[in-house]
Amino acid sequence: MSTYVKPYGDTKDDGKVQLSFTLPLEWSEAADEAARQLVAKMGFSDVAVAEGRRIAHGFSFFVVYASTPVAVDADSIVAPSAKAHAMSLDEIDAFVRERVGRNIRIAGACIGTDAHTVGIDAILNMKGYKGDYGLERYKEFVTFNLGSQISVEALVDFAKDNRIDALLASQVVTQKGSDVTNFTALAELLEAEGIRDDVILIAGGPRMTNLLATELGYDAGFGRGTVPSDVAAFVATRMAERIARM
Amino acid sequence: MELRIDCALVADMRRLAREIANPIEDFIAAHGTVSVERAALRLLGVDGVGHGDVPLPNLVVERFGCERLGSGVVRPLGALVAETGRTPDDVAGAVGDGSLDVALADGVPETAARAALENYVARALARIDARRQERAALLGRLPQSPPPLLYVIVASGNIYEDRTAAIAAAEAGAQIIAVIRSTGQSLLDFVPYGATTEGFGGTYATQENFRIMREALDAVSERLGRYVMLTNYASGLCMPEIATMAALERLDMLLNDSMYGILFRDINMQRTFIDQHFSRMLNTRSGIIINTGEDNYLTTADAVEQASAVLASQFINEAFAHGAGMPDEQIGLGDAYEIDPSLENGFLFAVAQAQLARQCFPAAPLKYMPPTKHMTGDVFKGHLIDAMFNLTSVMTKQTIHLCGMMTEGIHTPFLGDRALALENARYVMSTARHFGDEISFKEDGIVERRAAAVLRDAHALLERVAERGLMASIEAKTFADVSRTPEGGRGFEGVFERAPDYWNPFEEALMPLASAAP
Repeated sequence: MSTYVKPYGDTKDDGKVQLSFTLPLEWSEAADEAARQLVAKMGFSDVAVAEGRRIAHGFSFFVVYASTPVAVDADSIVAPSAKAHAMSLDEIDAFVRERVGRNIRIAGACIGTDAHTVGIDAILNMKGYKGDYGLERYKEFVTFNLGSQISVEALVDFAKDNRIDALLASQVVTQKGSDVTNFTALAELLEAEGIRDDVILIAGGPRMTNLLATELGYDAGFGRGTVPSDVAAFVATRMAERIARM
Repeated sequence: MELRIDCALVADMRRLAREIANPIEDFIAAHGTVSVERAALRLLGVDGVGHGDVPLPNLVVERFGCERLGSGVVRPLGALVAETGRTPDDVAGAVGDGSLDVALADGVPETAARAALENYVARALARIDARRQERAALLGRLPQSPPPLLYVIVASGNIYEDRTAAIAAAEAGAQIIAVIRSTGQSLLDFVPYGATTEGFGGTYATQENFRIMREALDAVSERLGRYVMLTNYASGLCMPEIATMAALERLDMLLNDSMYGILFRDINMQRTFIDQHFSRMLNTRSGIIINTGEDNYLTTADAVEQASAVLASQFINEAFAHGAGMPDEQIGLGDAYEIDPSLENGFLFAVAQAQLARQCFPAAPLKYMPPTKHMTGDVFKGHLIDAMFNLTSVMTKQTIHLCGMMTEGIHTPFLGDRALALENARYVMSTARHFGDEISFKEDGIVERRAAAVLRDAHALLERVAERGLMASIEAKTFADVSRTPEGGRGFEGVFERAPDYWNPFEEALMPLASAAP
């Protein structure tokens, strides 16, 4: 079965999208036309430059509305979510007691030179995020927040020395793909040390998706909008699966 | 638009902050750091890199290091200058590559060592003073628009791209340009050298990068008829050196907090306290406005709960700045608009906090930071939250206004993002320019009750810290819920006890200002 969808403006299948961008051009009517042609070249039709203006010497900003001729088959999309196991804090603690039978040891860090701990703190700190308590609050988790700028080597050493079950690596800075480089280095080092299968490896960051994380060799990836219980539920169920296989 | 607040309580907070700073300042007077020594070398003209691209100031400190460090490295350098008749930079190069034996310094009388550097010390101070006068003249001839001064960041990693972005931002209305540093620079125990084109999440702070940006902003200032300020970060392990470079290249502001590095970068507290003091003495002399980092308390924890920690930290930062001789006009205390947008009356709480800071520090150029924590990928909502932040800032007469970006948390700002952010701020601040002068707060209303509660809690917090001592309080998780120990953290190995004959001519020269502090 196929369900082809297009962007919805005010009529089904009108394909309306909004774009905004800057061109390195002094503003003029010709610059507006350049913006229109550029969007047309992208494959859009009915291109309307709603706004075009100078924002600095040699730079102009545009807001453009246009229609796309293409559609996607929504039924063919595969993007498994790691957030499939919704449970509350109490349910997760009970689940761990029953199905895992011991505490789960979790370590998290901002790896590489990244100093932005806002994501890892939101997941780990007692306080949590959006009214959802952090992993430190769970009775059945023992958590270690190593903070910012932790080298991949230090994190792997820590995991070995502290019998860590789940490793949470966070990256906020994504400039020039530094996040992917660091995430990859961590997965590779765990492989090299022969302990990749001993830990549940999780990647997090505003631009992370579960699909990207699994491509990088992680068990799961969590992006924007993630609350701590999403991560907690994933770790608990994955841990239970491992115990059941043993 | 004045809050009715308990002025006696405010006065007592100032007294408590002084009490907190006193023992730390006694500690500072008895200790030194490698970074202060390197700053002194830079002021004497030692620059460039030696073997393995190691900066010359680092090489010299290493050579003179170990057993001699307690006396400072300026004395032996002066001795070698006296002995050889060469310049400090020359001597440093020779010491760095091992071609000059440091033992030659041993027999040189102290008076000769001091005399040999007299002219170089005078020249450094004259250059700093000249840069300061230059700024004053430019500000007189090319006056800034009234505050809140619109501040934006550039952060491409490439100084030449940053220059393009900075010029465009200035044209779009920016009055202050900050070049964000490459992530991780705060943990480097040296300052990279030369123009740089590679960085992550920012661009390395180097003296050449400072010069390139200053030159570009001077040109655009002339063209626009208003002076555009430049700022960078004197934080991390190289605070005193960054302050030195900034003084020499006429930066106008520097991020410089007395506790930020300790709490948020795990830099050793002794190192940080000593380094911030020397940096601030230097900033005082160079007329650089410091920006403190209280916004960080709010990005890592709940803004409503942490409000009192922000105010308490502002008083502590003020006390340390005064202790370095800095006048109120240079103390840009920080705060941020970080309250959860889903909280009813959150805007009222933000106004209460911002106005409270305004009244507690009437002469300080307060720095107001934009929402970051609750910015999502929804740029439309983000633009709206930024507008409320802009309104708070103009209502409460903040001085330094860091423009919020609708794309916060998505990417480092695009050129177009900056233009939209500046337009948002200019619109709100123009349409509501005198709003704050036209209204008054309801007596004992939500805003006044909130301000009174924050004031009370901050006073109680300062009382606890004064009783326990600042270092012990930091260890006991009083700030930002993190614990740091006096010997822990990065850079502790660079702290030393001063020998009785410790000598740093710049500290001597800058001290009279420090002792004249209120």
